Amino acid sequence: MTILIKGARPYGEDAADILLKDGLIVTVGEHLEVPRAEVVDAGGLIALPGLVDLHTHLREPGREDAETVETGSRAAALGGFTAVHAMANTDPVADTAGVVEQVWRLGQEAGLVDVVPVGAVTVGLRGERLAELGAMADSAARVRVFSDDGQCVADPALMRRALEYVKAFDGVVAQHAEEPRLTAGAQMNEGDRSSRLGLAGWPAAAEEAVIARDVLLAGHVGARLHVCHVSTAGSVEIIRWAKSRGVRVTAEVTPHHLLLTDACAESYDPVFKVNPPLRTDADVAALRAGLADGTIDAVATDHAPHAVEDKESEWAQARPGMLGLEQALSVVIETMVEPGLLDWRAVADRMSVRPAAIGRLTGHGRPLAVGEPANLLLLDPSYRGVVDPAALASRSRNSPYAGRELPGRVVATFLRGTATVMDGKAQK
Amino acid sequence: MKRHLLEAADLDRDDATLVLDTAAQIDASLAGREVKKLPTLRGRTVVNLFYEDSTRTRISFELAAKRLSADVINFSAKGSSVSKGESLKDTALTLEAMGSDAIVVRHSASGAPHRLAQWVKGSVVNAGDGTHEHPTQALLDAYTIRRRLGRLDGVRVGIVGDVLHSRVARSNVGLLHTLGAEVTLVAPPTLLPVGVGSWPVEVSYDLDAVLPKADVVMMLRVQAERMNASFFPSAREYSRRYGLDARRMAALTDEAIVMHPGPMNRGMEIAAEVADSVRSTIVEQVANGVSVRMAVLYLLLGGTPS
Repeated sequence: MTILIKGARPYGEDAADILLKDGLIVTVGEHLEVPRAEVVDAGGLIALPGLVDLHTHLREPGREDAETVETGSRAAALGGFTAVHAMANTDPVADTAGVVEQVWRLGQEAGLVDVVPVGAVTVGLRGERLAELGAMADSAARVRVFSDDGQCVADPALMRRALEYVKAFDGVVAQHAEEPRLTAGAQMNEGDRSSRLGLAGWPAAAEEAVIARDVLLAGHVGARLHVCHVSTAGSVEIIRWAKSRGVRVTAEVTPHHLLLTDACAESYDPVFKVNPPLRTDADVAALRAGLADGTIDAVATDHAPHAVEDKESEWAQARPGMLGLEQALSVVIETMVEPGLLDWRAVADRMSVRPAAIGRLTGHGRPLAVGEPANLLLLDPSYRGVVDPAALASRSRNSPYAGRELPGRVVATFLRGTATVMDGKAQK
Repeated sequence: MKRHLLEAADLDRDDATLVLDTAAQIDASLAGREVKKLPTLRGRTVVNLFYEDSTRTRISFELAAKRLSADVINFSAKGSSVSKGESLKDTALTLEAMGSDAIVVRHSASGAPHRLAQWVKGSVVNAGDGTHEHPTQALLDAYTIRRRLGRLDGVRVGIVGDVLHSRVARSNVGLLHTLGAEVTLVAPPTLLPVGVGSWPVEVSYDLDAVLPKADVVMMLRVQAERMNASFFPSAREYSRRYGLDARRMAALTDEAIVMHPGPMNRGMEIAAEVADSVRSTIVEQVANGVSVRMAVLYLLLGGTPS
């Protein structure tokens, strides 16, 4: 399979032709003519490395009514992703080599993105004893990211042991930072709005206290720590401080925390219920600044599909979480590129290079250069469109962007030289 | 008037005054009549949809609708399809399909009436949602204050107790502010919301400092489940610092009144001799509740004079 991409602008810079062959980028140049190559006219389109998501909920096994590995993979490819990390809070929990290999194999069969399973830190996400982390690392799924996401590894001694133990295979613990005693029954960000809406508050301190503890532990034992879905200005400050001290900490922010605030809760529409909750304007500004200066390493979607009946309810009864894969890049353009906070190279860094490095993925997050794996996307930056949940590839419809106009459209995605998306349509 | 009454903010000053004036007219027209019934809502159907036990509020709404000659259906979550797992939305659509013109809803989840209002065409009246609001309680409280003191503008109201979890407090803060009263919240800091600084109120931790300046003292119920969750050290300490007993009542001015939305914990937030004193409006509040709810249903369903 030989594909000749004509006239794309790598990283938004000067236009070039890019030749993909046998899964690799084999030539980058001007006015390439290649016999028998499939030609993709990419005039006006920006080429970026395929995106890597550190935080996706694919719901399989267990909640195939909300999402499957296949439908989630399709949503990911349409969003420009070539690799996604599948979170462990499935049913059964991905806490054994058997389950992570099953998810990995389902991803291979779907063949739309590389599905990289995340292993649970503790058995059953119960926070009591370590899962067999080494077995998952040694499995065919080659797990390197471990997380109890959805639950915090709240026990400090257990967290310390997990951080230490995964050093043996260069793993990283991705912490869902939430002190559970401070968030019992919590429904939304604790502040002016929660007090008025009568929804139990989720204080910023419940996130920040755990991050502060964990960076101290990671520094103490010299381990890698990754902080999931950072949502508050204070968290950004703590991570900035820890990095300045040489702690091996990385962090991610979700598209929704870059764009939306707790004002969305005024509707009581649970499509805006998410954990950690949407925060304030000041937090959004700090998250954008942290992503711009690199304190926050990556954008990760926390794509969380939910069946209609789990969202069409009272706020308190609804499950937390929102879709993200298909609009992640658009939200980053809206919140970071258009305001001038990130250029396209920095977008590639935060959405591909660094997340791949955190997950220790060798075939992703590579530059658009000769000899590199042909994992890339073509983006139409001039497009603006209104998000219609019914048109999404995800099996679920809980998009917080419904009815919102967003910039940018992924026209094509290539996974190792094969188009998974072409003309904005999934190829399988 | 808006189509729904979901929170105090749905009423501007004119609307709120209209409700109180309408309640006063209803009271006047029924005074001394043997048959306490008006034909206004004949043929209309009001559903009381109660997901929480609240006998007094449900009876008050039921009486209000019946005195306006509406057909009333009481739909209690217990022993119904709801306990078999039917969703709020399905219940709402079912009630609407049966031709309900108004749904009066009580629910343990904040915002449930807002959700309901998005799904049905008829009017929705919030009869208390979680820790959010209870707007008809605020209306009946305002009506009671106006009847006793003759005005609301400039009246100084102390609301005392568990503001954090109180829908009565939230609705009263909003409505009383709209109507020109000056509200001071009095509670231990643990029972005040973090965001209270953005509310149009004064805040005090000291009941004794507030009482001499208050025209109205509204005591909130302290729920039993707060007792063992470290909101305060003990019921005795709470009562000593924030309970209204006869000694404290003596600090009030002669005209000042004492209110309580009920049900009371006698001996906890309010002493028996206070609850039964001439200052107490507690029984009056119950009676006024029916009139105010009649006014609300009349204005939402019968059409406004304007």
